Amino acid sequence: MANGEFKKGLKGLDQGPGPSEAQAPGAPPQAGDLPPHPTVDALREHFGAGVLRHEVVAGDEHIVYIPPERNLEVLGWLKDTGRYDFLQDLTAIDYGGGRAIQVVYQLWSIPTKLNLRVKCELPLEALEIDSTYFLWRAADWMEREVYDMFGVVFRGHPDLRRILMPYNYAEGHPLRKDFPLRGRFSRAEQTRRALSMKTEDHYSPQELEIAHVLGQPLPDVIVEGGPGQPNQGEMPGIGIGAG
Amino acid sequence: MALRRVVYNVTRSPELASGGSLVHAPIVPVQGEAREVHEDVAGEHMLINIGPQHPATHGVLRLVLELDGETVVRCIPHIGYLHSSFEKLGEYRDWNQIVPLTDRMDYLAPLIYNCAYAMAVEKMMGIQVTERCKVVRVMCMELDRIFSHLLWLGTTAIDLGAFTVFLYTFQQRELIYDLHESLTGARITTSSTRIGGMMADLPAGWVEQLSKWMEGFIPVLDEVETLLTNNAIWIGRTQGVGVISGEDAVNFGLSGPNLRASGVDYDVRKDRPYYDYDQYDFVVPVGEHGDIYDRYMCRMEEMRQSIRILRQAIERLPGGPINIDDPRVILPTKTAAMNDMESMIHHFKVVMEGVRAPVGESWFSVESSKGELGMYVVSDGGPKPVRWRVRGPSFINIAALPHMIEGALLSDVIAVNASLDIVLGEIDR
Repeated sequence: MANGEFKKGLKGLDQGPGPSEAQAPGAPPQAGDLPPHPTVDALREHFGAGVLRHEVVAGDEHIVYIPPERNLEVLGWLKDTGRYDFLQDLTAIDYGGGRAIQVVYQLWSIPTKLNLRVKCELPLEALEIDSTYFLWRAADWMEREVYDMFGVVFRGHPDLRRILMPYNYAEGHPLRKDFPLRGRFSRAEQTRRALSMKTEDHYSPQELEIAHVLGQPLPDVIVEGGPGQPNQGEMPGIGIGAG
Repeated sequence: MALRRVVYNVTRSPELASGGSLVHAPIVPVQGEAREVHEDVAGEHMLINIGPQHPATHGVLRLVLELDGETVVRCIPHIGYLHSSFEKLGEYRDWNQIVPLTDRMDYLAPLIYNCAYAMAVEKMMGIQVTERCKVVRVMCMELDRIFSHLLWLGTTAIDLGAFTVFLYTFQQRELIYDLHESLTGARITTSSTRIGGMMADLPAGWVEQLSKWMEGFIPVLDEVETLLTNNAIWIGRTQGVGVISGEDAVNFGLSGPNLRASGVDYDVRKDRPYYDYDQYDFVVPVGEHGDIYDRYMCRMEEMRQSIRILRQAIERLPGGPINIDDPRVILPTKTAAMNDMESMIHHFKVVMEGVRAPVGESWFSVESSKGELGMYVVSDGGPKPVRWRVRGPSFINIAALPHMIEGALLSDVIAVNASLDIVLGEIDR
């Protein structure tokens, strides 16, 4: 590598890669070169102040910011009139430092082949938004995941409970920036809680209710230290010391 | 003992024509015929638990089923037994250090995950990889599509009682493991991409090894098809089972072969082409019934199409460097780092501080073997991501499982679950 070129590169290490002049011919188009997004214009026309902001990132990705209290209205319109029938992704971002948590909807329209990202900003003291479960069933588990990981409550979701973490997890919401990497409790406390889990802790309230109605005990779940396993250090079927 | 009349709803057509020939399913259908059964046996619902440790759940998936006799009334899946919070871990690692996390998610198609992640970060940074790198990544992704579909085929067949297929497909998978090993040094956890290129260029003789494997693979695939495609038991267990309509499939967010089997023609390679996929000559198979058999047919055809893409990729593989010439993201060569002071500083800075990304974000998706794999990366200008999110296709696909099996039989639960081609490493992340 030539020395001069290298020094330029070393300086660049601190700034990170930008679109360099060497790559100009094949570089991704910048915001100004792109045709405006047809749906964004239609949204502006239909909702007016309902579109707070419009951004273009990474060359061709359009983001629309909408007020969280109108999310169902705007997304419903997008699904029915805008023909965004495919909910690609639903997630959230916590930037930390007490800033608002963003709920992100990534939409794709199979008939018109258009992408659109919709964001709602929720202040930390009011982490509540309407559920899109009845627009796209795909939102079911993704909303549960956002609830589990960020603590955002989706109003109207029929089955909002933790999905990746255990139902009785008490340490908070792991993907929040104020959540330490190893959790809030000490290792000893975490182990103690894991070992003292009961059969009921492995079932959702719905299942407990079913079992109650059916009047039968819950089936055993084979988990470490849980019921259904022989006691430690004891070989099943071999009675030691038994005559 | 009290008797009660129960109408069984097992509907299976005896005329399951496939390839023009009439096939008789071995299971005689009992269509709407009433039988008298003992009430205390049939009238009660039962709650049973499958998993998390069960060979047919393809990982640590746990299903709680409410059964009426053998019919599933309700299915409640539980996930999270393999949760290792990869997304949180990613926030504590710099951009290149995340690559090993990606292949531990889907260990059945690790190269696709490596490539998808690198592509998302490169898109956010505005980096264009070299032509050679593009073709090499296309080869990697198509190879792993076959790799993953072979595992799906073998394990699904074994779940439905066809043992031989498993031996054929796993023999072929071994050969792909060898290709992985000579390309990346590892068999499963490949970690082969870097921001701006690959860990290393193709080793000498790799393309020849790949061509040789492809020649031997097509006859094996044909042989496997003779074992299954017209097999009466296979047809009886798969046709008309686990049906989901195209409209529902879109609403549930299914993607990949599961969506296309329901007749919806959506493939990221065709609809949002990346890496010049629009210049390759291949077709995307689309089913019509949305049942397990159509998913099987879609995947079989996809493997053949992947071979076609691989052949074209070998033909067009250009020379030139594999990594971009940008010292801000790419490490200097080992020789330069050992002999040249400035290269050593450069090497040190890239390794210790990591590659810096500009402020921004990108949501980028590729067509993985299991469906649409989306990578969402958000940067605040530092060497580590603010958020790294994976839209796992298995996570979304498995969410539709209760919809497909409620009302079906218990034995179909295993078949439908297998047909969705899930990998728990990515569902639980």
